[in-house]
Amino acid sequence: MAHESTREREHERAEGGGPRLAGRALTLAYERRTVAEGLTVAIPDRSFTVVVGPNACGKSTLLRALARMLKPRSGTVLLDGRDIHARPTRTVARTLGLLPQSSIAPDGITVAELVARGRHPHQGLFRQWSRDDERVVQESMAATGVADLADAYVDELSGGQRQRVWIAMALAQETPLLLLDEPTTYLDIAHQIDVLDLCARLHREQGRTLVAVLHDLNHAARYADHLIAMRDGRVVAEGGPAEVVTAERVEEVFGLPCRVIDDPETGTPLVVPAAHRR
Amino acid sequence: MSEAIVIRTSGGFSVRLRPRPLAVGAACVLVALVVAVLAIGGGDYPMSPADVVRTLLGRGTSADAFIVEQVRLPRVLTALAAGGALALSGAAFQALARNPLGSPDLLGFTQGAAAGALTVIVVIGGGGLALAAGAVTGGLVTGAAIYLLAWREGLHGSRLVLVGIGVAATLTGIDGYLLTRANIPDAARAVLWLTGTLDGRGWGDLAPLLAAMIVVVPIVLLGCARGLRILEMGDDAATALGVRVERVRLALLASAVLLSALAAAATGPVAFVALTAPQLARRLTREPGPNLLPSLCMGAALLVTADLVAQRLIPGHRLPVGVVTGVLGGVYLIGLLAGRRRAGRP
Repeated sequence: MAHESTREREHERAEGGGPRLAGRALTLAYERRTVAEGLTVAIPDRSFTVVVGPNACGKSTLLRALARMLKPRSGTVLLDGRDIHARPTRTVARTLGLLPQSSIAPDGITVAELVARGRHPHQGLFRQWSRDDERVVQESMAATGVADLADAYVDELSGGQRQRVWIAMALAQETPLLLLDEPTTYLDIAHQIDVLDLCARLHREQGRTLVAVLHDLNHAARYADHLIAMRDGRVVAEGGPAEVVTAERVEEVFGLPCRVIDDPETGTPLVVPAAHRR
Repeated sequence: MSEAIVIRTSGGFSVRLRPRPLAVGAACVLVALVVAVLAIGGGDYPMSPADVVRTLLGRGTSADAFIVEQVRLPRVLTALAAGGALALSGAAFQALARNPLGSPDLLGFTQGAAAGALTVIVVIGGGGLALAAGAVTGGLVTGAAIYLLAWREGLHGSRLVLVGIGVAATLTGIDGYLLTRANIPDAARAVLWLTGTLDGRGWGDLAPLLAAMIVVVPIVLLGCARGLRILEMGDDAATALGVRVERVRLALLASAVLLSALAAAATGPVAFVALTAPQLARRLTREPGPNLLPSLCMGAALLVTADLVAQRLIPGHRLPVGVVTGVLGGVYLIGLLAGRRRAGRP
């Protein structure tokens, strides 16, 4: 089954020339509220893409649609050239993972058990715990630095540790594409940087395509190699951080007068809001 | 977490067994069997446990065989089956609602089954199969109503609980109204049924429940358990992990409603077994997740034991089993809430 799915993936990759994940002419809506119309995006393969924009611009909605949590009212999300909703959800789950904004850790679950649940799409009634499962869970915990916590209870961890555990679970799913919905929310600044460093390392070392929604524009500019800036359900700008994060764009997207300087640490654009206008 | 035992074969087959839940399940089965033998041996015509076992194996006297087969065995089997069905249904509901209070007693399913059964007793008139049909219809209609009322782009635990409590309150009113419309003998029969009793249960009461369990229990344990475990982490996480959320949820809801309604049809709405058995099982297995199989075994042991207590507690006066489970369950619930408060939780 393991090599079967690998073969399947290679076959799919050979099939289309375009990016593995894209949204075409998406109309996204909740019960009564339309969030976006005619939205088209493409996620460059092997990129660390970050979606930014003001509150309620539709960035999380876009991510949810790309992860098939939300069915577009019209348009299609394409995964490997095919409609994501037309494919068996288990097959999709072996290609595309999502770290939701909020998940519930079952009462009394340990770190190792929670991470092991990431193996679900690779398991079955008669394939409950293969050697691959065991290896991947160990590797995922090691990669996120939670191996020492394997037997700790998740509800006794700090917020930063818990987020690492959830990321480990998403890694254990072994998907080449990983979407993260505001992975740094509710964390203090040190843990935000910690989680983003971790993401950057996963992107660099494991060659996964990452798509994250982030609130902090400076974090986005620092860590992403591809930015998608949204406002009112539309993509306003797209490209490398240096192209997208300019003073004019930031004012256009966020309505914030600012200066953009070079980050003294990394040389990436750094947004400095203008002093209060009086 | 107890260390799991993994069995693998070269063909890619692998299963993971956890010693503690298995031991808990086995202990419950053992308790259930011992209590069943004691229960069969007791009463106006006492039999020694050895005689009971001999009779069950088909080697007893014809008098013993008559008592066991016609009177006591169906009662004990009904207790075992109804206890197991209620507990399994409770474990599934609690996991779906992500709330230990999400049991069919509190969510209105039991009241729905009662409304159906009361309609049969009071309005239509009839027993046995008609009563079972009424309870199942009432349960399923209530289930569908709660599902439709609670569904908003997905089903959320707290919303399910709140809608369920509202429906339960409404149905309690309807049940009360039906009782006021009944003549005295019907009302007496209805009230006894509503308390939950195993008195006079025969093969006819057991058959529909047993038949449904043979179909539904494997669906729940083999078909839905893995998905349910993942579903506990939230709809988004479950979808991301490849679980067909709505399908698993609907299959489980339907199964749980069917099990609780048929159990209610067989014994009346025995209080609190569905609420307490899964929680007791969890505390003993110390395993996260819905603990479906240990809950089933726990429920069977619990109800058969409660029935034995109900029959023997006051010499010469048999209590309906629902009185015992109600009192025990109420005490348990208060203990649960008090314990949570100490742990700093609401």
